[in-house]
Amino acid sequence: MEDVNYWPLAGIAIVVVGFALKFNPLLVVVGAAVATGVLAGLDVVAVVEALGKAFNDNRYISVTWIILPVIGLLERYGLQQRARGLIEGIRGATFSKLLIIYLGFRQITAALGMKDIGGHPQAVRPLVAPMAEAAAESAHGDLRDGDREEIKAMSAATDNVGLFFGEDIFFAIASILLIQGVFESAGYPLTPLELSVWAIPTAICAFFIHGWRINALDRRIGAGRSARR
Amino acid sequence: MITYEWLYILAGSFFAIWALLSLRDRLWGNAGFWGLLAASFFGGSHFSDLENGILVLAMVAIAGLGGLKRSNPDTTGETSRQKRALSLGNKLFIPALIVPFTAVAGTLLYNFTPLGETGLFEARRETLLLFGIGVVIALIVAIIWLRPPALAPANEGRRLLDSIGWAAILPQMLAALGAVFALAGVGEIIGGAAGSVIPEGSIFLTVVVFALGMAIFTMIMGNAFAAFPVMAAAIGIPLLVETYDGDPAVVGAVGMLAGFCGTLLTPMAANFNIVPAALLELKDQNGVIKQQVWTAIPLWVCNVAIIYVGAFLLWK
Repeated sequence: MEDVNYWPLAGIAIVVVGFALKFNPLLVVVGAAVATGVLAGLDVVAVVEALGKAFNDNRYISVTWIILPVIGLLERYGLQQRARGLIEGIRGATFSKLLIIYLGFRQITAALGMKDIGGHPQAVRPLVAPMAEAAAESAHGDLRDGDREEIKAMSAATDNVGLFFGEDIFFAIASILLIQGVFESAGYPLTPLELSVWAIPTAICAFFIHGWRINALDRRIGAGRSARR
Repeated sequence: MITYEWLYILAGSFFAIWALLSLRDRLWGNAGFWGLLAASFFGGSHFSDLENGILVLAMVAIAGLGGLKRSNPDTTGETSRQKRALSLGNKLFIPALIVPFTAVAGTLLYNFTPLGETGLFEARRETLLLFGIGVVIALIVAIIWLRPPALAPANEGRRLLDSIGWAAILPQMLAALGAVFALAGVGEIIGGAAGSVIPEGSIFLTVVVFALGMAIFTMIMGNAFAAFPVMAAAIGIPLLVETYDGDPAVVGAVGMLAGFCGTLLTPMAANFNIVPAALLELKDQNGVIKQQVWTAIPLWVCNVAIIYVGAFLLWK
């Protein structure tokens, strides 16, 4: 067997180390591309050409930002506030029901391309976490500090899970188009919808797994409370 | 026929307007960055590869030198938004819903009725082209309905764009990196090495290694997008798709989601895991991650199963 040149793999190492050390990711990507190309035996100009061609071929990924004027304009007229109004409508539900409804709400709105409805500064801190705390308190009485911490942390976790496992159902989102771009460069043309339908099974699993965990926390707080009586 | 070129001219116009508004606010770095992106959309197909490459390097230089700043375009305050939200109600969601509705309904109509035979859209590009059309319709509807000041749509878009900053082109850059990896033969090198490590022909173990690699690289880098071209070039494409003949759509889509499970587990993804802990004044800065562990791990297992079943057992 002839010797394989493993040096181009240094590019992968540059990506990993560069991101881990929090250098500017764009610089890291260019550094990795140049290193990979040069170590594979291309000259620097050829690498810059390859990078330029690949960037140009993948322009459709950045097209998604044209939705920003629509979202921004709606925010100007109170989109976030209206979303908060909807979340407040869940008031009166139990702790677990409240967070499970919020999980579903976050997944569905993200799947429809509104991934900035919700979020930690906009919804979790002012609304979801305090409502979850109040609901747990009314069901289980005074809470221990540890319970409070867990309830707040679970509220934030619910926002993340809802966003991550809802957003990829929306086809015109960077992650879906990035997948499309990488596969297209490798000779496998795919359409965004072919990819995004495959986010649905995971979204359903995420809803049930995380919903079960919210219920488990609710039961645990209730059990801890009755044990202290 | 409507092609991506049309979409690029539309996007180029948006970024050109954002560049001009940045110029007016004397945000030179922002103006240069968005101006170059506009130039790429308008002229990229006519530039040489080297010119496109130099354009990329210039954008990266602006971002790397910290040239992009937050902007502060005029917008409405909390009280005025509260009041309007109350009077406009759920109708506020309608313009936002026009976009996915146009794209999905349009794609289905185009593919399952004789409309497709008209050849109106470039092949396989209809969904994203319809997304562009949906955005234009939604914008027109919102402007007619809400009657904002003339520059408000552009400025509100710029407010959001500048809060994203250079990260707006990171996915495009990472896809380009994936293409350079492919050109340099990174896939063949790792595919050859991994092929000798993973027991001959074990599709299931290869799926596990792929999904584990996505999760672990994501945890180290704090970013599933960055892990994706690496793992796709290393295992996803050469082994799962080429050698074992798996469905590329499932490998790609669910592989990314396996990476998202890693995002739930790492302090490197600070915006999602560490910042909220601070916002909520948690004593334990890893408190949010701890609540996510037992969601992420079973969900990762589900993703492995979905890839194995969807890309291999159900495929062909």
